[in-house]
Amino acid sequence: MGFLSQVINGLGLGSIYALVALGYSMVYGIVQLINFAHGDIIMVGAYATYVLLVMVGAPLWAAVVGSILFCTLAGIFIERVAYHRLINMNAPRISLLITAIGVSIFLQNLSQLIFKSDGRSVPNMFNFGTVQAGSLQITSAAVINIVTSVVMMAGLQILVGKTKMGKAMRATSEDAEAAKLMGINTNSAIAFTFGVGSALAAVGAVLYCNTYPMITPYMGGLLGLKAFVAAVLGGIGNIPGAMLGGYVMGVAESLTKGYISSSFTDAVVFGILIVVLLVKPDGLLGKNVSEKV
Amino acid sequence: MKKKRTVFYLLILALVLLLYLVFARLIDAKVINRYYSGIITMVCINIILAVSLNLATGFLGQLVLGHAGFMSVGAYAAALFTIHSGLPKMVSFPLALVLGGLVAAVFGVLIGVPALRLKGDYLAIITLGFGEIIRVVITNMDFTGGARGLRGIKHLTDFTWVYFVAVLTVAAVFAFIRSRHGRAVISIREDEIAAEASGINTTYYKLLAFIISAFFAGVAGALYAHHIGVLIPNKFDFNYSTEILVMVVLGGMGSVTGSIIAAVVLTILPEFLRNFSDYRMVVYSVILICVMLFKPSGLLGQHEFSLAGLWDAVRGKGKRNRADGPAVGGQKGA
Amino acid sequence: MPLLEAKHLGIAFGGLRALEDVNFKLEENQIMGLIGPNGAGKTTVFNLLTGVYTPTEGTVELEGKSIVGRKTYAITRNGIARTFQNIRLFKDISVLDNVRIAMNSGMKYSLVSGLLRLPSYWREEREVTDRAMELLDVFGLKDLSGSQARNLPYGQQRKLEIARALACSPKVLLLDEPAAGMNPTETQELMETIKLIRDRFSIAILLIEHDMNFVMGICEHLIVLDYGRIIAEGSADEIRGNPKVITAYLGGE
Repeated sequence: MGFLSQVINGLGLGSIYALVALGYSMVYGIVQLINFAHGDIIMVGAYATYVLLVMVGAPLWAAVVGSILFCTLAGIFIERVAYHRLINMNAPRISLLITAIGVSIFLQNLSQLIFKSDGRSVPNMFNFGTVQAGSLQITSAAVINIVTSVVMMAGLQILVGKTKMGKAMRATSEDAEAAKLMGINTNSAIAFTFGVGSALAAVGAVLYCNTYPMITPYMGGLLGLKAFVAAVLGGIGNIPGAMLGGYVMGVAESLTKGYISSSFTDAVVFGILIVVLLVKPDGLLGKNVSEKV
Repeated sequence: MKKKRTVFYLLILALVLLLYLVFARLIDAKVINRYYSGIITMVCINIILAVSLNLATGFLGQLVLGHAGFMSVGAYAAALFTIHSGLPKMVSFPLALVLGGLVAAVFGVLIGVPALRLKGDYLAIITLGFGEIIRVVITNMDFTGGARGLRGIKHLTDFTWVYFVAVLTVAAVFAFIRSRHGRAVISIREDEIAAEASGINTTYYKLLAFIISAFFAGVAGALYAHHIGVLIPNKFDFNYSTEILVMVVLGGMGSVTGSIIAAVVLTILPEFLRNFSDYRMVVYSVILICVMLFKPSGLLGQHEFSLAGLWDAVRGKGKRNRADGPAVGGQKGA
Repeated sequence: MPLLEAKHLGIAFGGLRALEDVNFKLEENQIMGLIGPNGAGKTTVFNLLTGVYTPTEGTVELEGKSIVGRKTYAITRNGIARTFQNIRLFKDISVLDNVRIAMNSGMKYSLVSGLLRLPSYWREEREVTDRAMELLDVFGLKDLSGSQARNLPYGQQRKLEIARALACSPKVLLLDEPAAGMNPTETQELMETIKLIRDRFSIAILLIEHDMNFVMGICEHLIVLDYGRIIAEGSADEIRGNPKVITAYLGGE
């Protein structure tokens, strides 16, 4: 497989990371929390798709829509139940982190209880084979992923930039206290952010199911970590950064698989994280916000 | 004052010895059988783990998610030492314990130096990452036995060893906390910028707390290795780190006695609820969330267990004011 | 030689010049006031003096030696201690411990001594506790030594922060709005306490304040800052009548 093909397939993979990374970035931007449980929302989305498609036998479009809806509601529910109280009383960061870990472990193990640890396979949804363009060999999945992620990103930019709720989200990210004083319902903005982030993760989950045959209760762990590294790489809190980071991670993984070996991918992922955090913690596009003394 | 203090210490010493004698006799007389003495051993090991994690997470205030990694490093180092050293076991075992602690402490430095420069969230993830990296590396190395594990470790850990090492650990952590070094560490948790402005070298003290925490985790690992006799790298995974974290969170981040109580409860309870072992992680995660939502300071908060405090709590009164002595206490609301 | 001197001190954050060409000399045992409208850069000056920020131009010299680039804790140990505009106490530990923590750099017993409770531990702890209690007594906080810092009323918290700064045995004390939120009686009391500690501990004090009675009452010398630059300096009387200063911010005190 040629270099360019690797890159494009990497972009396809990276699209999934980008969609999930957006959720991390948005939530961090608005409540300064690394939502450990976000990766497991992908798992929730994947299983929702599986249940709807395989167990209920719903048509494809219904499974996708249903999965997205379910994840959105799940994200908002988690925010309300687990995080809301702590955010509102300005709890110390460590409390929020511990809660997030709790939610993540809860989701993983609940899923394991329900579905058992062996993976489930999701039937191929949008497979149109491999596209051949000259010397390039690109999977249709890669094309679909890239197109979807670009469309989602554009949609998100419009949502955040042009709508009233988008403005509320941005204001709350900048300064929650001031936003409240301006009459903005910060609670709604926060819940909305979690919802949108989860919806994007669900889209990512659908694309994941299309790209990979197997889903397990613990898939959210590694996938979430990669997406998190992507978000940090691009600059956490920064939406275009999350997309950029996602694509970079995808390409890096693809090239590593192609030219080194697939068992090294995890090491590369952690390596990138460590390097970024030590060298430029604000990421490629991030801004440095330091504590006021 | 001095007299009161000496009496207090003697009382504690007497209590510790009494407890030891009672349990030792019961074990010798086979009243407590192998199964139960095994649980007691694990209780002591978990006490060491919880108290050491509390130092980094409760007193220093940094969320460490890879504590099991330090434990595993100490376990393997100690086990490999006793297997290959050729020294008689009375010599090699205590050396192995110290070696386990030291090796873990070295890893504490390796991980701490880069990690402690980062903010809380990132530090947590980096410690998680390192814990996983350690596990993967050990799984892929031959001389550690790889994924199949390290076998043939002599069962050198008995009740006497594990009990007194646990007592020593608790005493050391208590002594540390109530010293000037401990106060410096706590000040960093309270307000790092103010601590710096008060002349505290925060980098040094963060690293110090981290290293001591890792050291005792390594010692616990060494004890564990010679208790179980076999080391499997996947035992020291994120789940185990989480179990210890739950003990610290539940008992109270900043309470040594809280960690002890939680370690006892959370080691014994799962044994009796073996039928429900599938639900264990689900229950633990719910515990974490509920504690954070309803009582973030944990059961004992930052207080230590005291009979006077228990009496006050039963009577529904507030906390007492202790105006003298090297007292460090307080209720962290959130 | 002045105790503390700022020479052409300045700092720019990106494109924003927060401070420019700030010069002043603080002599031994002098009480100097740093005043100016909000946002003028007063706390930024403190942050530069204590190493929280590194100046982009100019130097800070303590007893003739530059302290630029040193870490905050080292500067504190060299002799500059401060309080914070928004009170940064160690909230969930006792009043006594807040002060004892600041005495850490003066203590010598090793980690091992602490763990084994060797005689040096007991001796130094006792000394430090005695000294801390004395200091608390100066501020009338002795009876509250066991209380949690969080539970202290606001005025006492401010005093505790000053006590903690003094516990660092500084040569220079930087006080950031020490009288903020205090009523006239408390303010008067604070004025006397500050003069007392200056005399008793032989330290120089640089303070930021908005309460003009307070400032005029105890400061021997004043510097006025506006938009990051010094627009006037002199004695209280000189400043009071200075038209530039009045234009800048004296609304009506």
